[in-house]
Amino acid sequence: MTQILSFDVTVIGAGPAGLAAALEADKNGASVLLIEREACLGGILKQCIHDGFGLVRFHEKLSGPEYAERFISRLPESGVQVSTLSFVSHAEKVGGNYYITLVTRDGMQRVRTRSLVLATGCRERTSRQIGVHGHHCAGVFTAGSAQYYTNILGELPTRRCVVLGSGDIGLIMARRLTLEGAEVVGVYEAKPTPSGLLRNVSQCLTDFDIPLHTSKTVTRVFGDQRLSAVEISDVDEKMHPIPGTEQRIECDALILSVGLIPENELAESLRVPIDPKTKGAIVDEHNQTLADGVFACGNALHVNDLVDYVSESGETAGRAAANSARVRSLLDARCDATLLYVVPQRIDRMQSKETRVFFFRAARDMDNVVLTVSRGNDILLQKKYAHLRPPEMERLPLSLSTAQLEGEEPIRFHLEGTRDE
Amino acid sequence: MNDTMKPAEATEIVCIVCPNGCRIQCTPSDGGYVFSGNKCPRGVEYAKSELTHPMRSLTTSVHTVFADAPVVSVRTDGEIEKSKIREVVAAIGAFTVKERIKIGDVVVRNVCQTGVDVICTTNRLIESSGRQTAKGAS
Repeated sequence: MTQILSFDVTVIGAGPAGLAAALEADKNGASVLLIEREACLGGILKQCIHDGFGLVRFHEKLSGPEYAERFISRLPESGVQVSTLSFVSHAEKVGGNYYITLVTRDGMQRVRTRSLVLATGCRERTSRQIGVHGHHCAGVFTAGSAQYYTNILGELPTRRCVVLGSGDIGLIMARRLTLEGAEVVGVYEAKPTPSGLLRNVSQCLTDFDIPLHTSKTVTRVFGDQRLSAVEISDVDEKMHPIPGTEQRIECDALILSVGLIPENELAESLRVPIDPKTKGAIVDEHNQTLADGVFACGNALHVNDLVDYVSESGETAGRAAANSARVRSLLDARCDATLLYVVPQRIDRMQSKETRVFFFRAARDMDNVVLTVSRGNDILLQKKYAHLRPPEMERLPLSLSTAQLEGEEPIRFHLEGTRDE
Repeated sequence: MNDTMKPAEATEIVCIVCPNGCRIQCTPSDGGYVFSGNKCPRGVEYAKSELTHPMRSLTTSVHTVFADAPVVSVRTDGEIEKSKIREVVAAIGAFTVKERIKIGDVVVRNVCQTGVDVICTTNRLIESSGRQTAKGAS
């Protein structure tokens, strides 16, 4: 008969969000179990050896592993129980508790927990998801896999490659592969503007004379056993390839940096409602999902560009998960088409702290922007921004009094600005 | 990689000091520059440095003799001249780590006479990758 382990809070995933959530729940008096499927803690930070992590939180320019260590090193003096090489195969709600089935090297374990924190991160989109056609051959890598080969295994996955997509990992890998001696022919982006942070375009591409080609995409791959070439085409404003513009580039690898999607398998199995805009769970300002007792944080909630905000998100979830109060009175927070999304999507009127922190992204590049947050005819806040770009997430603390939250009228977010050329 | 003073024409520099990534307008004036678009003074310092002697911190990896961690990540413990990046990468690449070093340990001292050390940024050589199993609480 399997013994049932019992915890106040169980955190799934020990990347930056899960580490922060577990430590914060422990600090708030909860008994905490932290589950990690890999042998070592830190999640994706283990392979992110570039620097720039922790500028907001620690005012230092750390590499990924160093940033993770700031949290991992606090675990021994905390009461957090860690279970590595452990995988959650099932989660269900029974009465007021959640029961999870954990597959470990010691066999199956059952865990009962009052709160569940989903810190499962996100997954990279693959060639199948963006419709790259042609031969099935070796040499097509996501940027994250190329990063794993290079930074963890110490094996260079390419001598001469094309990078498709200008997300931050793609830009960082273009620089990394160049430093290791590979030739990066160019970074190709179907959109008219880069998907990554401008500072990464500057320090990863411009510094190393790597060309960035916008409004172009890969339309075919060639190769028998190993990739030998890719076909690049111009795309129109709807991102459809324009016939007659094909160009063939010889290379041994295609590196994809074409977007990240929150990992929701467990959330979906628990029937946690998902926001089609973020593709993560719908949450309140404590990162509690619409399923009482289930929290989501970090990139599982929405894809972040800064780890500092991922840690903050984990702490928010961990703090609230440690608290057993469950009565909520939720009000909608919505954005129109001028924003890609806003998180949290709900506000709890019952919470005593007036300041709520929102995260949002603009739907397109905009200059001289005014953000308006309103309810009905009441304007709650107007804020100016010189520039807003979809790749750059904004953090917005907003003070809302109880009086401002009466009634059912949703809080609305809207951006007004000039279009950037 | 250009190490010389850029010609005196208006130019935009994307600041890499912090995640804001300010677009700094550099306009020539009286033999110098006037800067705008930066949210903080570090932007001006960065733009000035960028126009005269660009500096960068460098992160890369070094091979080890250990099968469980064939490479470890390293970084310069400070900034080096941008023009020296390739030289420094080559110098670091010539090293092999033979001891189980930890975060902060110096891998190469005063690399290429830059006055900057190369330090280890990972504990993967000292971490036990053995399993940890929960024993239950409360």
